[in-house]
Amino acid sequence: MNILRDVLKPIGKGLRITLRHFLEPKDTVFYPEERKEQFPRTRWRHVLLRYENGLERCIGCSLCAGACPVRCIYVEAAENTDTERYSPGERYAKRYEINLLRCIYCGYCQDACPTGAIVLREDYELADYTRDAFIATKEMLLEPLPVRDEVAEVAR
Amino acid sequence: MEKRVQEIVLRDSATPAIPNLEMGGNVLLTRLDEIVNWARRNSIFPLTFGLACCAIEMMSTAAARFDIARFGMEVFRASPRQADLMIVAGRVSKKMAPVLRQIYDQMPSPKWVVSMGACASCGGIFNNYAIVQGVDQIVPVDVYVPGCPPSPDALIYALIKLQQKIRTQRLGMLLELPTRPSPAIEQGDKTPALESHASG
Repeated sequence: MNILRDVLKPIGKGLRITLRHFLEPKDTVFYPEERKEQFPRTRWRHVLLRYENGLERCIGCSLCAGACPVRCIYVEAAENTDTERYSPGERYAKRYEINLLRCIYCGYCQDACPTGAIVLREDYELADYTRDAFIATKEMLLEPLPVRDEVAEVAR
Repeated sequence: MEKRVQEIVLRDSATPAIPNLEMGGNVLLTRLDEIVNWARRNSIFPLTFGLACCAIEMMSTAAARFDIARFGMEVFRASPRQADLMIVAGRVSKKMAPVLRQIYDQMPSPKWVVSMGACASCGGIFNNYAIVQGVDQIVPVDVYVPGCPPSPDALIYALIKLQQKIRTQRLGMLLELPTRPSPAIEQGDKTPALESHASG
């Protein structure tokens, strides 16, 4: 038995592969510090959009609730009045609730919406300790009001 | 409805977290708590408990790209006697429910449960006679992860939340709360009733 040929050479050959992989760039995403790039069509937490003038897009038609395969959306519509106007049409969603735990993030609500009010965005960090923390109300889902750029207005 | 939600919140965890650490501190145990919790939260051994498609994401969480070995959780244990964390990944059928409870009972305390995905957390799309509507009807759940299935980073986020929860736990408070009796299993669980963990 030749020690050099039968033992040391194969060990060196194997360790060379180990060393090569050791020096290669790492595949691991170091999640809390750095984030994996999300695909453009990633579907996670819902957002209720507004028009540019701040009015809500949602008209309370409940088509999203009808399209939802798990029935996790609850919509209660109410009439707009001239003093209290939330959306451009006749009606608006008085209550809009989504059970984020029951939701399967399929995006059917997004497809069903006639005004493009509900969209699914990239926010995937949704885990929580209690079950009632997952009921997302309209206030939580609505995107914040557009901030008025007063400096630009004065300059104009 | 409101009462039921409160009940679930009260019996949410086998190891309740204390919201205010400054209140009721124990001089002898406070420093020890920190050391013990540091060790506990950085060496959580999960139990191999994949039931459906969520298990694929759970495996990919343990694989090289996401790599929960960075949190000391890579050792998936096939025996409940050696596991600390049960990641219920997938829908739990009513036939599986007693098995799940038995495996949970076999795990040594302190033990934690992560309910992964819509099906395990509340039934998901399977709102029917065969599937348990939420694994918290059988075992106390610490962290819920929504998604169908949750992506590996969403699961890692939940595991970080679990680590945060373990950080706030105290040595003297590791008591088991009774779970809500469910039709899926007989009332074999004879743990003494604890009135409220908030009073302790």
